[in-house]
Amino acid sequence: MSPPRNPPLRTRPPVLVVGVAVVAVAFFALPLIGLMQRASWATLGHDLTTPEARAALRLSLVCSVSATALSVVFGLPLAWVLARVRFPGRPFVRALVLLPLVLPPVVGGVALLAAFSRRGIVGEHLYDWFGIQLTFTTAGAILAETFVALPFFVITVEAALRLMDRRYEDAAATLGAGRWTVFRRVTLPMIGPAVVAGAVLAWARALGEFGATITFAGNIIGKTQTLPLAVYQTLDTRPDVAIAMSVVLLTVSLIVIVSLRDRWLARP
Amino acid sequence: MTVSADLHLELGSLKLDVELSIEPGEVVALLGPNGAGKTTLLRSLAGLQGTDTGRVVIDGDVVDDPEAGIFIPPERRPVAVVFQDYLLFPHLTVLENVAFGLRARGVGREPARATARLWLDRVGVGELAASKPAAISGGQAQRTALARALATDPRLLLLDEPLSALDAGTRISVRRDLRRHLDHFTGATVLVTHDALDALALADRVIILEAGTVTQAGTIAEVTTRPRTDYVADLIGVNLLRGEATDTSVDLVDHRAHVIIADVRRGPVLLLIHPHSVSLHRQPPEGSARNQWLGEITGFDLLGDRVRVRLDGDVPLVAEVTPAAVVAMGLAEGEAVWATVKATDITVYPA
Repeated sequence: MSPPRNPPLRTRPPVLVVGVAVVAVAFFALPLIGLMQRASWATLGHDLTTPEARAALRLSLVCSVSATALSVVFGLPLAWVLARVRFPGRPFVRALVLLPLVLPPVVGGVALLAAFSRRGIVGEHLYDWFGIQLTFTTAGAILAETFVALPFFVITVEAALRLMDRRYEDAAATLGAGRWTVFRRVTLPMIGPAVVAGAVLAWARALGEFGATITFAGNIIGKTQTLPLAVYQTLDTRPDVAIAMSVVLLTVSLIVIVSLRDRWLARP
Repeated sequence: MTVSADLHLELGSLKLDVELSIEPGEVVALLGPNGAGKTTLLRSLAGLQGTDTGRVVIDGDVVDDPEAGIFIPPERRPVAVVFQDYLLFPHLTVLENVAFGLRARGVGREPARATARLWLDRVGVGELAASKPAAISGGQAQRTALARALATDPRLLLLDEPLSALDAGTRISVRRDLRRHLDHFTGATVLVTHDALDALALADRVIILEAGTVTQAGTIAEVTTRPRTDYVADLIGVNLLRGEATDTSVDLVDHRAHVIIADVRRGPVLLLIHPHSVSLHRQPPEGSARNQWLGEITGFDLLGDRVRVRLDGDVPLVAEVTPAAVVAMGLAEGEAVWATVKATDITVYPA
């Protein structure tokens, strides 16, 4: 619907509200402009190929993609159960799954230590029985990123499963499709866009993860020092490198927003 | 006997108690007002809704018997459904939709597509094979849904208001083609509708379902000549009165009036009065009509080239007159008129 050519006076927005809104936009925009302005574009390529930066870039890619894969593998069944299975305590389980969304990541890291460190309730056995240690390893960084990324995937996919017209699944069943075939050939394609969106969100969150990672996995170059950790550490010693890496993260964020525009930006 | 069902279930405020049996090749129309349980009955035949007690047998196989612990899920019943809004899978092409049932039943991709193409040609939408459901019309979607259901070669075909989503013009041609396909179908068919015309055009037999129970069943002719409930009477557009007969006089049950009939009867009876047998008069009538009542006009309905006049009074009736008569007599809402009915024009049958 196109706006009317001559809007009546009363629909004209109040000046004060618009003024405050402009301040808010500036508040978001100025730091980004500042970052762009401070970046030394000429040496950007050089800054990003320093050994620390390359290690951080590579590690961030590995960890965030792995965390996304884990989020999909575990999140899809979890979202399905939350959306489709009635069981006592379901609201509690959902709250538990969504907790990392609001939990300070450092607290998440401390909690992960309590569970998976060599003296944690699970980690103790992992180490004694299998010799597996998660803290201060890349696996630990992946675990920390999954912890914060998974809720984004679950919340997106669960909503899609709830919104989907389940009668399509009925129709598939009457045509002879068993539960797995119904899921694979009807449910999954119909919620496909949400699965992709959830995975992209989870990946973006994993890529930016700082607090839980540094707390649980530490800050070891080439092993657990992902981009955000590297930015933080090099900011004092090599600010150019830190800003270059920040620009990379900002660019990725912008790409994510643009790729999800149909989902977010198209809303009226 | 292909299909027999004895179903009992409670779902929310609905209590469904139905017994029915359908022969191979037979089309049974399930008619009833909204909320009567028609769709629930269909869903339980398909296995999408469990029953509390009872037994459903299709082609000699028990598919549902809760007391014996038997419940065959929908995907293993020889049942196909055409849903009210068709529910074509939006992410698949028309061809893939029709091939879906065969693929799900383990047929290879190419043979399944070949069969699907055959069915699409048969229902007359072969040229749409590569289209997505969003790009085809309602009539085409209905034909595709029918092809998708028939392609699995079911023993029981369930049609849930298959024509209700179509506009009047499309409806006529789709109904005619549906009739043709049902004629060729060798399994049993249950057609849910609330349109008497659909039932008349497509079904061999009708079952009237009201508030979860069967209130009348029989051939179309039986049901239309001997309606037993107000719903059926409304559906076919006739007046139905209930009363207690003593010789040629019937005391009405729901109204303080009596009706004179032509033949001697005793006990509870139903009186069927066709609207065209009801004459209207501005003055107290003289003549041979034995029944005359004063009533007030509550409304008019145009039906073809006739006008149906609704009356309220000692005996609520619908009269059918010509538009010319409405003008000549100056009939208007709220006016008092005399209605007369000849005793010989009343069909009387036991209640």
